[in-house]
Amino acid sequence: MDYGTLRGIITIVVMVTFIGIFAWAYSSSRKKQFDDAANLVFSDEEQSPVANNSGEPK
Amino acid sequence: MMNHSQPQGADYNYTIVRQFALTTVLWGIVGMSVGVLIAAQLIWPQLNFETPWLTYSRLRPLHTNAVIFAFGTSALFATSYYIVQRTCQTKLFAPKLAAFTFWGWQAIILSAAISLPLGITSGKEYAELEWPIDIAITIVWVAYAVVFFGTIIKRTTSHIYVANWFFGAFIITVAVLHIVNSMAVPLTLTKSYSLYSGAVDAMVQWWYGHNAVGFLLTAGFLGMMYYFVPKQAGRPVYSYRLSIVHFWALIALYIWAGPHHLHYTALPDWTQSLGMVMSLILFAPSWGGMINGIMTLSGAWHKLRTDPILRFLVVSLSFYGMSTFEGPMMAIKTVNALSHYTDWTVGHVHSGALGWVAMVSIGSLYHLIPVLFSHGRMYSTNLINVHFWLATIGTVLYIVSMWISGVMQGLMWRAVNSDGTLTYSFVESLEASYPFYFVRFLGGVFFLTGMFLMAYNVFRTVKAPKDSLPAIAEAKAA
Repeated sequence: MDYGTLRGIITIVVMVTFIGIFAWAYSSSRKKQFDDAANLVFSDEEQSPVANNSGEPK
Repeated sequence: MMNHSQPQGADYNYTIVRQFALTTVLWGIVGMSVGVLIAAQLIWPQLNFETPWLTYSRLRPLHTNAVIFAFGTSALFATSYYIVQRTCQTKLFAPKLAAFTFWGWQAIILSAAISLPLGITSGKEYAELEWPIDIAITIVWVAYAVVFFGTIIKRTTSHIYVANWFFGAFIITVAVLHIVNSMAVPLTLTKSYSLYSGAVDAMVQWWYGHNAVGFLLTAGFLGMMYYFVPKQAGRPVYSYRLSIVHFWALIALYIWAGPHHLHYTALPDWTQSLGMVMSLILFAPSWGGMINGIMTLSGAWHKLRTDPILRFLVVSLSFYGMSTFEGPMMAIKTVNALSHYTDWTVGHVHSGALGWVAMVSIGSLYHLIPVLFSHGRMYSTNLINVHFWLATIGTVLYIVSMWISGVMQGLMWRAVNSDGTLTYSFVESLEASYPFYFVRFLGGVFFLTGMFLMAYNVFRTVKAPKDSLPAIAEAKAA
């Protein structure tokens, strides 16, 4: 295979991968899963996040 | 929404986090003091006192190593060990190995602090340490990776929180960069020669150099940001999906940007252009992270009025956005033709280093210290506020003076008379820079003063009697 063709193929593979990651991340079926993941920073606390913006509950 | 979950604070290994958090403050003061001293030496050269180990050439690598690898990396150790435990809801894996990373890293810092002023250097920027220290770094770093990834493996949560992805990328990539760039043939215990030569050596060096920026000073600190900004703002990150997309885009692109350090050199032209294009595209994922962090505050902007810790974090993101706009612009070859080798580069680096790296670390530490020492808040919120203004004014003084000085130098160096001779000699451009060197020195003094206030505040917090520093109630704060 000619070097230029190989580069072209790599470019397409990288582009498809990026679009794939984008589609995977933004698909509606994963919305809830990611919302839960975003709340992981608060999930080892006693209280809900809104109640303690200044410091940690002990 | 998660009221049912158990408080697990007591189960975490905070000892190692405490050690690294406190040494972050110490090394911050040491590294920045050396920075202020060498800034002063550029104005008053006699400040080297005719002593070899106090000369600019030896103290400059001491300054960069101290702020990046002692201050910055200690902050990363502290926060990564803390965040990985709390978001994986499990205790640190291999606590003895974790303790080894602390003492090992301190030993490496001390050996750097001794060997660099002695003039022992391999001559590679940001990788000056000689081969025995390089081997020690590798061993400690592998131990760090084992502790970090071991903790992720034994996590009790199903998902790996995004901050850990950034820390993971930082740990793996720094290992690869350090090992590849430090390959050398040892001659004696204190002297080695790089395995690479010529343009290849330069390319490997800046592949390392720029990815030290990309993975240590960016990915690692983004990990910090993804935990402490939501935590301090009291709301989850703006878009978790954006964090995934910009994570993969960022780590896929950064690795290619190194050649922009070698524009118009012996590096092949196509490599320079590739580096330039990749640096330009890098703007997108960088701003993805910046927007994600700042927008986390949407609906909570009022907290900025009362919470100087949040102010530190948000302003750090603003500086991150600013320097990741400036960086791609400076990577454009025609812009680089003006900016390269001038003070503009120095200003750009400090916009990232003081504005982003230091300020996000300081903000995170102000959140972290009370938690680690079982207090509701820091000893003095007012002192945090004063520190915030000292740091912000110091950074602005620094970068504005270096912008002006840098552009002026670039213009003076390229000015030619009608007969083709240079209009200015180098010394004339140096003389013109003196006033700006003084402003830069002043900015550094501001920033360093803030660090001393922080040390005092941290000391009082650590020493405070139990229950004497209750958290400020939400109603009062709002």
